[in-house]
Amino acid sequence: MEHIQRQPVRVARSRPSLLDALQRWLPKLVVAPTFVLVGVGIYAFMIWTGVLSFTSSSFLPVYEFVGFEQYAKLMANDRWLTASVNLGIFGGLFIACCLVIGVVLAIFLDQKIRQEGAIRTIYLYPMALSMIVTGTVWKWILNPSLGLEKLMHDWGWTSFSFDWLVNSDMAIYTIVMAGVWQASGFVMALFLAGLRGVDSSIIRAARVDGASLPLIYWKIILPSLRPVFFSAVMVLAHIAIKSFDLVMAMTAGGPGYSTDLPAVFMYAHTFTRGQMGLGSASAMLMLGAILALLVPYLYSELREKRHD
Amino acid sequence: MTDVVRTGFRPSRVAVYGVLLLAALVYLIPLFIMLVTSFKTPMDIRTGNLMALPTDWTTIGWTKAWSEACTGVDCGGIRGYFWNSFKMTVPAVLISTLLGAFNGYVLSKWKFKGSNLFFGMLLFGCFVPFQVVLLPMAATLGQLGLANTTTGLVLVHVIYGVAFTTLFFRNYYVAIPDALIKAARLDGAGFFTIFFRILLPMSTPIFMVSLIWQFTQIWNDFLFGVVFASGDSQPITVALNNLVNTSTGVKEYNVDMAAAMIAALPTLVVYIVAGKYFIRGLTAGSVKG
Repeated sequence: MEHIQRQPVRVARSRPSLLDALQRWLPKLVVAPTFVLVGVGIYAFMIWTGVLSFTSSSFLPVYEFVGFEQYAKLMANDRWLTASVNLGIFGGLFIACCLVIGVVLAIFLDQKIRQEGAIRTIYLYPMALSMIVTGTVWKWILNPSLGLEKLMHDWGWTSFSFDWLVNSDMAIYTIVMAGVWQASGFVMALFLAGLRGVDSSIIRAARVDGASLPLIYWKIILPSLRPVFFSAVMVLAHIAIKSFDLVMAMTAGGPGYSTDLPAVFMYAHTFTRGQMGLGSASAMLMLGAILALLVPYLYSELREKRHD
Repeated sequence: MTDVVRTGFRPSRVAVYGVLLLAALVYLIPLFIMLVTSFKTPMDIRTGNLMALPTDWTTIGWTKAWSEACTGVDCGGIRGYFWNSFKMTVPAVLISTLLGAFNGYVLSKWKFKGSNLFFGMLLFGCFVPFQVVLLPMAATLGQLGLANTTTGLVLVHVIYGVAFTTLFFRNYYVAIPDALIKAARLDGAGFFTIFFRILLPMSTPIFMVSLIWQFTQIWNDFLFGVVFASGDSQPITVALNNLVNTSTGVKEYNVDMAAAMIAALPTLVVYIVAGKYFIRGLTAGSVKG
């Protein structure tokens, strides 16, 4: 058997070297298109935006350099400030609510529930929807005259009033609601997968020792899911920083610019208000925010892998 | 077994089921409202409330959304945009998945000097906020004559999707023993023979994951659609947003909801039919990425 299989090797080795060279280059040739697409489409364009952020570009890109002027303008810009504060509110609440809801649902679903598959499917379907669809529905539900308010009036709670969607102090919280509705099921799925990986003998041992189930979850199981927790925060933060669709569909940044997020600010200034330099500077700051999250995350990931 | 039966009647069990069912209701209600509203008459919407069933069911909202509704200046309904989305999504999904499969194959089984660096580059590409590439991409598409075309959108979605698809395939192929590949190489099998004869037949699950993930992402995209397309080439998400946020005339919420349902149906159907792979894509993309 061995001898028969070794035979073709010698044949292959004696082929012309051109074919050998081709075989050696083939893997590189195959990834070359992607290398070019990503190299240009992500890395070169990133640098290009960086360059534009140091120019006085308005309606068209011009290469007249003005140093950090756009960044200084950005910092003094009221609307950017609102957008940044909103990102803090939205991001913080969105991540916290998704985590709490997701973890609770995952733990409850892990109790040998009948019809678990069906329930899981229901929790996760919003994740398959476009944020524009989500925004459209929630905008209708929260409609100040015909939506939730009218429903409560019809059901007998006549003093109920809910105008958050058009209230510039509260509108950002309606975005949080829709965002949590859409993404919390995803956190549930992540944690459920994590819980399924926990060794059940640990739980049994702790039960024998007399620990209550909530205590076991709080003290033993959840701490052991730290990596899942980090991944979830990473993905949610990423969704929050890039959030654009949901705001555009629900409030388009309004009333006024009270629900602006950095992504909306960037779009408005770059593509509709003719302030490309300022828009590019805001995009670079968004990149900076992601890097500030990503670098420690990747660092810890890589370090863990090296330990393995 | 007796243990299960006994715990089945404990009050805490009832509470667990209560919370789970309540949560299921909360997730379902928006879909219910969307459906019910889409079958109401405008009159019905004004007199009834969100949770009320239509007094007389009508599909007028659906037909109007499909072929008559105004999205900005154009009043031909959303059907053209629906097909635009298909014309954009299908090629972009196929191309990005194929590229991802070959990239993943090379990055796991044909490593070369610098291939890890290349993989790191791709991985980082998954996280970059797209705002940082929008303006140069718009300028480049203009130079290439691809601005406001479906081809341009396909190109954009391939570029920014290939990092994810490569990640899927690379992580899948890494788990396949190298010995298998080495044995095939000793037998004289080349690069493509190994891929098509050995890896491809065992790749169905990961192809499903990649196809479904890409389909959902690209169909649901709004940012690229609104920035790189205008008028006739816009995808459905942009048309839906235009329809809902057009301020001319009387608001017809039944039409809005029907349009939202139409925009949501393809991804919902895919989710219901192949939800298993969708979930796997979601968790693979985050846990390993």
